[in-house]
Amino acid sequence: MSNSTDAHSETIDFSRYPDDRGHFGPYGGRFVAETLMAPLEELKAAYERYRNDPEFLAELEYDFQHYVGRPSPLYYAERLTKHLGGAKIYLKREDLNHTGAHKINNAIGQALLAKRMGKKRVIAETGAGQHGVATATVAARFGMECVVYMGAEDVQRQSPNVFRMKLLGAEVVPVHSGTRTLKDALNEAMRDWVTNVDNTFYIIGTVAGPHPYPMMVRDFQSVIGRETKRQFLAAEGRLPDALVACVGGGSNAMGLFYPFLQDKSVALYGVEAGGLGVASGQHAARFAGGRPGVLHGNRTYLLEDDDGQILGTHSISAGLDYPGVGPEHAWLHDIKRVNYENITDDEAMEGFETLTRLEGIIPALESSHAIAYAMKLAPRMRKDQTMVVNLSGRGDKDINTVARLKGISL
Amino acid sequence: MSRIEQTFARCRQSGRKALITFITAGDPEPGVTVPLLHALVANGADILELGVPFSDPMAEGPVIQAACERALAHNVSLNRVLDMVREFRQTDSRTPIVLMGYLNPIEVMGYRRFAQAAAEAGADGVITVDLPPEEGEELNAALIEHGLDPILLLAPTSSPARIRQICDAARGFVYYVSLKGVTGAASLDIANVAERVAAIRAVSKLPIGVGFGISSPEAAARVAEVADAVVVGSALVRLVAQHQNDSMKIREAAGAFIASLRQAMDQSQAAKA
Ligand SMILES: Cc1ncc(COP(=O)(O)O)c(C=O)c1O
Repeated sequence: MSNSTDAHSETIDFSRYPDDRGHFGPYGGRFVAETLMAPLEELKAAYERYRNDPEFLAELEYDFQHYVGRPSPLYYAERLTKHLGGAKIYLKREDLNHTGAHKINNAIGQALLAKRMGKKRVIAETGAGQHGVATATVAARFGMECVVYMGAEDVQRQSPNVFRMKLLGAEVVPVHSGTRTLKDALNEAMRDWVTNVDNTFYIIGTVAGPHPYPMMVRDFQSVIGRETKRQFLAAEGRLPDALVACVGGGSNAMGLFYPFLQDKSVALYGVEAGGLGVASGQHAARFAGGRPGVLHGNRTYLLEDDDGQILGTHSISAGLDYPGVGPEHAWLHDIKRVNYENITDDEAMEGFETLTRLEGIIPALESSHAIAYAMKLAPRMRKDQTMVVNLSGRGDKDINTVARLKGISL
Repeated sequence: MSRIEQTFARCRQSGRKALITFITAGDPEPGVTVPLLHALVANGADILELGVPFSDPMAEGPVIQAACERALAHNVSLNRVLDMVREFRQTDSRTPIVLMGYLNPIEVMGYRRFAQAAAEAGADGVITVDLPPEEGEELNAALIEHGLDPILLLAPTSSPARIRQICDAARGFVYYVSLKGVTGAASLDIANVAERVAAIRAVSKLPIGVGFGISSPEAAARVAEVADAVVVGSALVRLVAQHQNDSMKIREAAGAFIASLRQAMDQSQAAKA
């Protein structure tokens, strides 16, 4: 609380963050009950041991290539570009990964770590169900027991993913407490972890939670940005002018942005869920409508009331429906390295339909927020400028929601 | 001497162990709390833990989660909890009150403002469940400055080095969480608790309270044999839930339950003497 945010992003060496205790400026850290301090220390030690271990990295790389299907393509969205009449738009196709979203990058990384730590049981929280599916998938592959916590409301709106998790052999536990969404699923997963710390590895699905999770998840997801940089240089012979990604907890955005943080010429845009509009109070725009506080093990921007109670959020997309945001984003916001914008449900739907019709790609509703923002940004940029939009996932899981919104019963 | 120190000194003198009761403030509704606190004292509670409701009580089992939800349905905020402490103090200036909750409501109020307001209201200690000593220096200093004890948790997973670090930062007493799990979890392993309490005693002179999973007079008596204080929470909150439509019944049932713990603890201590 006391340390103020570093003054200027110009002079910052981003690779030096977080500090040893998980701080990104005043954000991050480790705010958990004492029982979890030792397992978090153990996790951190294991991660530090393996993060640069050639054998670990080789195994991760092998799985990225042969199991996930990496590198994911960088696709020039020509018709979308022409339609908008501005900057040239590329899509980073995380939707083409095995299981249909970026979440698998991190799930594989953490599962490989769990294996090395001798943990036979993995647990996860999930909102849209993509992280739950990714975790259930890697658990099946490594022969681990898997329990996924999911808000009861999300169980309903993401039912295809619930069935996928069950097919994969995971137990899906609906969480009825609180607002019955992602934040409550995270609470429940933490409660499971504190109870079963000896044999259980908690695979957190985004760049949130207590240290070392925000750092570790960012590192595993950074494959997105590293590939993008290489692919973009090959295609255009320079760096893009802008990157756009949606921000739930913030893992797909952090993964894309991180390798570009030092490249000052690249403008970064994180897109939060504006729900029914920030003025309505029905949204998940932490930067537009929140302030710093402590939740789920870290200090970050939160949506809360004047008494410090965490507020319910609203978004058309379950994966963005979360009152907190990764602490590194909070810091990047304050030092103004990343611009945080928000997109309403209606705008996201327009993004969803536009991409589907113009490019033959059905995006996840989360990713549709990034598309919708790109649709605002591109026309404001010159035709010789470029941007990369992270297409974090595919929209198959959302077809029930979209149909319901259109008043169609499937 | 602080009220907490005085209480432990009194207990030592009379050869009994302290009984610490936890209820969530404002559960099931705000009017219940202060009369219930008095009833707990009348039936043998030495120290009162008062839970500050939070929307995301990560360390609580279902019983206390539900209590938080009932209290929050009446908008029981940190400020209102402090009002309850003030009201309690009008007729009881002796029994220590320890506020127990999560950091975020305190962050919103501000550390110094909270410490001052809690001290003025008549609270004696603060347990912040999700604030380990590494992150707690600033709040703990503010509490101490205003004469409040930061009471820290120790867990089965705490290493010897951490036990020392935590005992150094704590004041009043330390709270040993007797099992890996959330509040209200099933059983506790008494032999293991005895071993861990001995390890804590080896590095600290602070009184040791033991809680999580103590739900019967027998368990309380057995924990009293090794610890300085026995903390009972979920079992009490469960009674509040059972009788939530009748505040008189809540006081009767809670009072009788606490009296039964008191009796079992005192008997086992008398037998030892
Ligand atoms: C496709 C997709 N994109 C984005 C998100 C949001 O998460 P994050 O901000 O961590 O990338 C989710 C979360 O479920 C998702 O499924």
